[in-house]
Amino acid sequence: MTDALLTGADASTEVPLKRRLRRAERTRQVKALALVAPLLVFLLFTFAGPIAGMLWRAVDDREVRQALPKTVAALANWDGKDLPDEKAYAALASDILSARGAGTIAIAAKRLNYALNGFRTILTGTARHLKTAPEPDTAKETLGKINPAWRERTTWTTIKDAGGPVTGFYLLAALDLTRNVDGAIVSAPPDQAIYREIFARTFLISLGVTVLCLILGFPVAYLLATLPPRRSNLLMIFVLLPFWTSLLVRTCAWIVLLQSKGVVNDSLHWLGIIDEPLRLIYNRFGVCVAMTHVLLPFMILPLYSSMKAISPAYMRAAASLGAPPLTAFLRIYLPQTLPGIGAGGLLVFILALGYYITPALVGGAADQMISYFIALYTTETANWGLASALGAVLLLATILLALVYGKLVQGQQVTGGMKN
Amino acid sequence: MLKRKTGKIALGFAAAFSASAALATVAQARDLTIVSWGGAYQDAQKKVYFEPFKKATGVGMNDESWDGGVGVLRAKVQGGAATWDVVQVESDELAVGCEEGLFEKLDYSKIGGEAAYIPPSVNPCGVGAILYDFVLGYDKDKLKDAPKGWADFFDTKKIPGKRGLRQGPKTTLEIALMADGVAPKDVYKVLATDEGIERAFRKLDTIKGDIVWWKAGAQPPQLLASGEVVMTSVYNGRIDMANKNEKKNFGMVWDGALFTLDSWVILKGSPNKDAAYKFLDFAGKAENQSKLSENIAYGTSNKDAAALIQPAVLKNLPTAPDNIKNAVEINVAFWLENIDRLTERFNKWAAK
Repeated sequence: MTDALLTGADASTEVPLKRRLRRAERTRQVKALALVAPLLVFLLFTFAGPIAGMLWRAVDDREVRQALPKTVAALANWDGKDLPDEKAYAALASDILSARGAGTIAIAAKRLNYALNGFRTILTGTARHLKTAPEPDTAKETLGKINPAWRERTTWTTIKDAGGPVTGFYLLAALDLTRNVDGAIVSAPPDQAIYREIFARTFLISLGVTVLCLILGFPVAYLLATLPPRRSNLLMIFVLLPFWTSLLVRTCAWIVLLQSKGVVNDSLHWLGIIDEPLRLIYNRFGVCVAMTHVLLPFMILPLYSSMKAISPAYMRAAASLGAPPLTAFLRIYLPQTLPGIGAGGLLVFILALGYYITPALVGGAADQMISYFIALYTTETANWGLASALGAVLLLATILLALVYGKLVQGQQVTGGMKN
Repeated sequence: MLKRKTGKIALGFAAAFSASAALATVAQARDLTIVSWGGAYQDAQKKVYFEPFKKATGVGMNDESWDGGVGVLRAKVQGGAATWDVVQVESDELAVGCEEGLFEKLDYSKIGGEAAYIPPSVNPCGVGAILYDFVLGYDKDKLKDAPKGWADFFDTKKIPGKRGLRQGPKTTLEIALMADGVAPKDVYKVLATDEGIERAFRKLDTIKGDIVWWKAGAQPPQLLASGEVVMTSVYNGRIDMANKNEKKNFGMVWDGALFTLDSWVILKGSPNKDAAYKFLDFAGKAENQSKLSENIAYGTSNKDAAALIQPAVLKNLPTAPDNIKNAVEINVAFWLENIDRLTERFNKWAAK
């Protein structure tokens, strides 16, 4: 009895202590959370929420389901092997009649037209000609008479595929894939398969611009970091001034410089170097030049800050130990600038991926990057599903790259090969 | 406290996810807001429509400008934060927006009746504002022999130099077919076949290396002025403005021009519908429209407007009988059906 009391007392003093600890811990966490809560809510509202909503649009597929509910339900159990039965035809006829009244026919037609070109005409034309509900058991015949497309299996598989509520259609389209009549994933027809190529183009231009920025930016950053403050400040202003100038102004300035009767061509002509003007703009060259100019400060500034931290004593020590200048640079100086190169490179590359205005103004038809198509489908043709899917693919690729970069940087030991 | 916050977060997500669900908004008492295309065109509208309208009716209104795109209107209306009432839209925006229910159905009895307007400008969701052309534009100072039409545009032997075309398949394919000998009235018949599309791209192949692609209406006059191109497709009003305001000597070819209409629409759920109708009625009157044409070379939608315009001005308008004789109306239905597919096809061709 007393034993029991004792152990009970023991237990009762021990548990609350743990609990008290946990409670104290929790209070601390809640306080910390309360401190960041306003920012967190703000970010969720203005950043994470809209992006999630945008990504959701890439798989959201409820337009056909809302306009033709009975048809979608009737096709749910259809195996897609032969034409659907009379019930499905009757459901479609009744859906078309009620959708015409509600004005939702065109919305379904637009969505189905993405999957099968010409569907807009099929559906709106049928809606125009179908005056009243067909007699029982004649729906198949009636619809087939109005438009022979209703006797095709593809017409019906298209409706079934677009039945929603979610779809992989847009994401597949963004990767040049589509489903054939049997539901297997196949390559899109060659004259519509452009997105892989455009993603590749986007990454290639971004990579080229990043390399150009590094080649041009490295010496400038070195000069900035090693000059006496008075002169380096002046130089820094030269770097920052274009950085503060509007992107549009800088892009248009390049048009003035590079066009066939522009400053560059005229000067070369005057010097007698060329007879015919060179094509320097409305092509890939112009895009790379203008984008490199616009993004250069984003490379120079991180490089400068990493070089500023390198003590000149290292290079002097290397020289006194007999290293030739190149060896000293490669083995002592360069490794210490790697963080700057990595940060600048990643910054320029990711910014370049999303470039829109510059390639649109100084590029030709074959130099448009993925952002051009995202903008086109967002505002002009209002195909938001495809726009979101293209955005999602770009976002995913960028995140993957950032992760790879993170891994690489973590694996780096910046000791400049001076391990003992 | 924390619970309320998670509620807020959930609400945020809900709002983001259901962008399609129109949020009920409280109609705020605000002035009538009219949205047009900006630039010299909107300046002309201010002069002949907006300011006189304010004076005549005492209605409070302000004007904004936009760059088009039915996606923008969809976001405005579905987001439930439509701060615009009357918007000037292009023909494809009118068609898609009408289908999606973004616009109010117009009551023509409030704006002078349907009979007052030319037939192409009467639409259940919008009423025609202006009629304008894509024409072949060139610089008279630089070309001794003026081009006669699109066939010359594609003839680099006869007229060497670069050509400007609008980036994308719309207008480009029609122009290529007309250059290849298709009569203006048959353009869309031919374009509706796969063979016709192939034919258009084959024709484009012949000058592929000589094309500079423009994206915004302000670019073609710029390209002509800088000598980057010798000829370009261009909005007729832009050529007229360059000649008037910048003392250029640009010429136009009306033969085989592509014309289209812009319309006024009232956005769905506008709290200022009465004021909007008052404005549309004002902007639809022949005497007001004729003043617009005298300021900027666009044709107008009221049947009686042409009679009030001086002959010297009239001959430079898209609606002049001689100018519209051999012009094609851009086929909205065709492009709604085919724009995505042909945009992909066009970019495939461009990348080759």
